[in-house]
Amino acid sequence: MSFTEPKSTADVYLPEYLQKLAADAATSPALSRRSFIKITGLAGGGLVIGFSLGTAGTKAWAQSGTEVFVANAYVQVRPDGTVVLFAKNPEVGQGVKTSLPMILAEEMDADWASVRVEQSEIDADRYGPQFAGGSTSIPMNWTTLRRAGAAARAMLVAAAAERLGVPPSELLTDAGFVIHQASNRRIGYGDLAAGAAEMPVPDTESLILKKREDFKLLGRRITGVDNVKIVTGQPLFGIDQTLPGMLYASYTKAPAIGASVAAANLEHIKSLPGVRDAFVIEAKGDAIEFNPAAPALLCGVAIVANSTWAAFKAKRELQVTWDEAQASRDSWSAAVADARRLATQDGATTLADKGDVAAAFAAASATVAGVYTYPYISHADLEPQNCTAWFKGDSIEIWAPTQTPQAAVDAVAALLDLPKERVTLRQLRGGGGFGRRLANDSVCEVAAISRRLGAPVKVQWMREDDMAFDYYRPGGFHSFKAAISAGKLTAWQDHFITFTRNGAAPVSAANLSPQEFPANVLGNARLTQSMLGSKVPTGPWRAPGSNAIAFAVQSFLHECAVAANRDHVEFLLEIMGEPRWLEPGNPRVMNTERAAGVIKLAAEKAGWGRPLPRGRGLGLAFHFSHAGHFAEVAEVSVDENRKLTIHQVTVAADIGPIVNLSGAENQCQGSVIDGISTMMGLEITFENGRVEQRNFDRYPILRISQAPRVDVHFVQSDYDPTGCGEPAFPPAAPAVCNAIYAATGRRVRTLPLTREGFSI
Amino acid sequence: MFELDVNGKVYEVGDDVDPATPLLWVLRDTLGLVGTKYGCGVGQCSACMVHLNGSPIQSCQIPAQSATGQRVTTIEGLAGEGGQLTAVQEAWIEEDVPQCGYCQAGQIMNATALLARNPSPTDADIDTAMAANICRCGTYNRIRNAIHNAAARIANPGTPRKGAAS
Repeated sequence: MSFTEPKSTADVYLPEYLQKLAADAATSPALSRRSFIKITGLAGGGLVIGFSLGTAGTKAWAQSGTEVFVANAYVQVRPDGTVVLFAKNPEVGQGVKTSLPMILAEEMDADWASVRVEQSEIDADRYGPQFAGGSTSIPMNWTTLRRAGAAARAMLVAAAAERLGVPPSELLTDAGFVIHQASNRRIGYGDLAAGAAEMPVPDTESLILKKREDFKLLGRRITGVDNVKIVTGQPLFGIDQTLPGMLYASYTKAPAIGASVAAANLEHIKSLPGVRDAFVIEAKGDAIEFNPAAPALLCGVAIVANSTWAAFKAKRELQVTWDEAQASRDSWSAAVADARRLATQDGATTLADKGDVAAAFAAASATVAGVYTYPYISHADLEPQNCTAWFKGDSIEIWAPTQTPQAAVDAVAALLDLPKERVTLRQLRGGGGFGRRLANDSVCEVAAISRRLGAPVKVQWMREDDMAFDYYRPGGFHSFKAAISAGKLTAWQDHFITFTRNGAAPVSAANLSPQEFPANVLGNARLTQSMLGSKVPTGPWRAPGSNAIAFAVQSFLHECAVAANRDHVEFLLEIMGEPRWLEPGNPRVMNTERAAGVIKLAAEKAGWGRPLPRGRGLGLAFHFSHAGHFAEVAEVSVDENRKLTIHQVTVAADIGPIVNLSGAENQCQGSVIDGISTMMGLEITFENGRVEQRNFDRYPILRISQAPRVDVHFVQSDYDPTGCGEPAFPPAAPAVCNAIYAATGRRVRTLPLTREGFSI
Repeated sequence: MFELDVNGKVYEVGDDVDPATPLLWVLRDTLGLVGTKYGCGVGQCSACMVHLNGSPIQSCQIPAQSATGQRVTTIEGLAGEGGQLTAVQEAWIEEDVPQCGYCQAGQIMNATALLARNPSPTDADIDTAMAANICRCGTYNRIRNAIHNAAARIANPGTPRKGAAS
């Protein structure tokens, strides 16, 4: 296994804001291999020794004179042997509160049973970028956390060597003990804590990291560190935050984006039981642009009450006259009609033009064409957006279930015109993220409301608010043509029809990479683009870009395989061509050897090619995203009423060595079920600027009775580990749709499937 | 003023609380029992599921006062004296069911009621009972495994939780 510096996370489907964070981390001065030591006096009289961990802008701290051995920002050892590990990034269900500390524990040989995990503070100087997005937590922190754990271990070993009078090289560590085998002596980490705090901080470069074959914890199944709190209902999530004297607020925005309050029955609202105040907040910022560090504050009416229910109930009696002069008039049905018209034409701009596409079509023995459509969708985190804040005149404290806590601090500081040091943010667990909690709009709302009141307040969105005011996954259209010659795919053409607000560039998460598969591996490919105007806010939704493009591309590739009269597995493997890393050393770029590996594994595990009864079929799809290579095979039956039974989905994944086997498998299973849920019945439609879905009755998340068994197989390759929160999602829908074709001969080109008369 | 019997403890709910407030919000905001979650408010997702006299109900759908004189059990009331977890809770940890974890209180309440009336449910029984509960993260495979795991624990009391290793 190679232990390399974290590579560039450049990924055209990462939202701009996350690209910036990744770039900041990569160009941070601390990334240099030069280490330094600084000595700083501490208020308590102790000594703090800071040193660079050498990567990702982090520093480690050693502190003497206290009862706790503070090895660095991530690791503390208590005299009783408890090892406290700090989880730096937000937890929204992706499992990093467990998996990141596992990396620390592995390198320091902590006994996992003695580990206590705490959510870290927000502190860019000590922790570098802290966010949950782009499946980057593991790859961006892998080396830093290993070094932080190894540094703590080295200091514990040094303390033991001094105490035992033996050289450190004679000492081993295991499960919270330093062991001298020759003399059969062992000392627990707790007993060494005080001594370790006196030891010099090792040079980052001198640290010897473990070999993969020596891992004891990584790769095992470790149950989530918050599971006991979850199964016993202890306070944990953003919505659970309470403060002495806390008030509860609802916030009502205009049904059409961009409208403002002309008049409202505020006096009546204020007279209602339990209501303390009601007031209009004026719009601030850009209502459409996705920017976690400066989200828009939409114009609306805040109702502040002594309970959530009083605030909700009063909201029902709120009557507002909206000024819609500047509001969105967008219509999904009109967009679909426009796209259908455009789909027959060439695109307005050319994104990529490789080889000689025209010649390939002229020489083709067969051509294939198809137009694919997918809708806008909402994140629908099960915990509706909420945030708690306490404005204290010249400072504010915030309790937020956000995916971008550092951006939230920036946003609030700018909104309230406070220095950043006067904004304190505590990160709380989010009940689902999926990209929604990158946005920080509810954080700004509560900051504005608390400033007005000068009191602690929690803003709580109703489900209806959450569904109607989102940064949606944009809908889109792909008009494909392909040339087949001698059973091979010889040219690929995609006219992508997307949305723009300014005519210059697509809206957030609505772009197509010029390198999108299979254009990146084919000799002849042409990608063009046309854009329709839109004022609907969009933003990253789990596996941005990929979550929709994979459905279109992988379904149409199957159409090509069928037209070429080829087995789908062989056809895909042939397209991959020679084993090669398309940009050697860059994990965010596809490697055709790894791609072929997962395609073969998924086919083998799913029993590809076996005979199936009439009305039952296997479907395959592959997709590379977020540094993960994934192939999935679905086994599906379709009855005469187009009712689906999805018997099983088989996942083959290559994300390098697995950190937490339980967590990674859970992410894959959940992503596949999310993919099927989205494919089956989820769409956000809008007319006259108004979103038409408001609750789960019209946004039917998949239920247990509809969910397939999902089997997951990991190729534990020798590349550095990468993230798993997103890349299992994209292949699920096309795998099922290709299975529907195999079972029935009917091609699905429009999502959701309920639009095509299917049910599950 | 009305009384609520929640997890074996009787609470007096003051006049400042509208008796028509959904039980969910009285549990969360008035009694401070925040384990019961708000998801949809319209009886679609069952994140708010609690037991009323042992039967699963959506607490967002009933006025709090209507629970007066009945036994309300929430996720906080499942574990025994000294925090002894139930078979369902142990199974949920062992199978590592949660992702975000937000729906799991409701899932556990429903699964607990299912196992109380049917100690060895089939997959079809699980589908029928548990279809009321949305898991946005899609942990359904593990919910199913955990219910079978809990059924085995109930059949063989005293089963220790497996260690971390697979």
